[in-house]
Amino acid sequence: MGDFFNLIRAWHGAVAEGIIWSVMTLGVYITFRILDFPDLSVDGSFVTGGAVAAMFVAYLNVNPFLALLASLAAGMLCGLITGFINTKMKIPGILSGIITMTALYSINFRIMNNSSTVALIGTNTVDVVVRDFFRGISAVNAQLIIGGVLALALIAFLYWFFGTELGSSIRATGNNPHMARSLGINTDSTVMVALMLSNGLVALSGGVFAHVQGSSSLSSGPGTIAIGLASVIIGEVVLGKKLGFILRLSAMVVGTVIYRLIFATVLFAGLKATDMKLISALVVCFALYLPTARKRFVSWQTRKRGRVPQLGLVPDAVMEDIIDGSDKDPDEPNLHD
Amino acid sequence: MLILSNIDRTFNKATVNEKKALVDISLRLDPGDFVTVIGGNGAGKSTLLNLIAGVHRCDRGSVALDGEDITHLPEYRRAKYLGRVFQDPMRGTAGDMNIDENLAMAKRRGSVRTLRWGISRAEREEYREKLGTLGLGLEDRLGTKVGLLSGGQRQALTLIMATLKKPKLLLLDEHTAALDPKTAEIVLRQTNEIVSGKGLTTLMVTHNMSHAIKYGNRIIMMNGGKILFDISGGEKKNLKVEDLLERFKVSQGQELDNDRMLLA
Repeated sequence: MGDFFNLIRAWHGAVAEGIIWSVMTLGVYITFRILDFPDLSVDGSFVTGGAVAAMFVAYLNVNPFLALLASLAAGMLCGLITGFINTKMKIPGILSGIITMTALYSINFRIMNNSSTVALIGTNTVDVVVRDFFRGISAVNAQLIIGGVLALALIAFLYWFFGTELGSSIRATGNNPHMARSLGINTDSTVMVALMLSNGLVALSGGVFAHVQGSSSLSSGPGTIAIGLASVIIGEVVLGKKLGFILRLSAMVVGTVIYRLIFATVLFAGLKATDMKLISALVVCFALYLPTARKRFVSWQTRKRGRVPQLGLVPDAVMEDIIDGSDKDPDEPNLHD
Repeated sequence: MLILSNIDRTFNKATVNEKKALVDISLRLDPGDFVTVIGGNGAGKSTLLNLIAGVHRCDRGSVALDGEDITHLPEYRRAKYLGRVFQDPMRGTAGDMNIDENLAMAKRRGSVRTLRWGISRAEREEYREKLGTLGLGLEDRLGTKVGLLSGGQRQALTLIMATLKKPKLLLLDEHTAALDPKTAEIVLRQTNEIVSGKGLTTLMVTHNMSHAIKYGNRIIMMNGGKILFDISGGEKKNLKVEDLLERFKVSQGQELDNDRMLLA
């Protein structure tokens, strides 16, 4: 019975953490799905956000909300750098992200005053402020409030932003850059704006996470992108992709919470916290493989029986929803380049 | 309207794959000209259009549009003056976005993208009306993703998008080549209606000789990166496919042996 309550407690914490991490997932969604740019710089900018938020409260004694604003700004700067490397120096997207991520490892170390962790015990962090305000609530509930308010505000903001002329031009850039340019959209600028927004959110998430966790650490960075992608994919599988934009954004929160629930359960079952990155990697790998697997399965069935089979086990819609572009044949030459 | 002066463009310079795509091209279009450009594969037709649009830059020469030198203007800034429809129906529209969103972006061609809402109610009415003229039923499907439309519907939509904000020059790059003959005829008829209705200066590339003869007031034939001949006025009106073949033979000293053009 005690075990059962421990699991419930672990899940409670997982939901709170998941909502805070969902801010990061929203950032990854912007690059991965809207801009069609797999941005690895988030592995660095997540830590940058944490480091800035931690140093601002621990050493500069700044208001914790201002410290988080500084995280957001620092993340946007990271995104701008990746965008510059990609659009102005013409280095492919994945490499641009790796370059920024690598550089940020050193920079983050310096931000944290040449140390790999900064402890925030007894400092005035956001959760301390929130717990002071709502007297007597638990740490986990304070996290739920902070994460919930932030996630709701960001979903509303992103819904508005991607409906504006600028937001539409970013969507067009991700969808069809040739068309975007032919309609007078400066695709270099839209790529940079989207990367700034994305990395800003990732860093903000890193900042809040450092505050509620009571420390910022260099080791929290690597694998952020895999966690983000896994959360995006889980959210889309659970809620589907043929939803309105606001629900698709909400699906990112749901996906991240489910990811953290799996994480908590796996830990509870006795695996190590460090095993979770392996699980994220497998989830992402499998999800990205599904469209190819489906094609192979169909051609194998057709060859065997001479007809196109009905896929019974996994509904077609779910298969198709898993990744964008699943309708594009990977063997087909890309007409757009 | 459009003045091209002594343009050269070579791809893969100083390699074994060197290809002189355009050689000393000079061309002048008057306002309201509807010019069809014909030629085989590798004649330089598409390169010419891409060069005007700013996708490629010229190695030598200059491009001027309505008195402005645009030789060094990047593609996205020239877009203000140009309406474009491409050969690949996927290329001119954003498949994951709605019909009305695509139109709204086309309407803002050349203006700064602000934080104002991307589309207004009044605009939707305008789009419904414009799409109604196509007779494809698209006016009732403004909220449909463009990716769900057929190739012909996408090309017709791209045509509307290219001319929604009146361009100084309309560039059509074999925009019916990927369509079946019946749909191609429909899109061409719409093209002709829009071009003559608005009096647009137009450059239409095609590999189909009868289309090139049927439409427009002027015809240009290209081969090997050069303009072979330029026929307009009464001579263009009475032109036949055989005349084109004969003129090709005279200027090149050989028969035209391009299956794609002859079979079309």
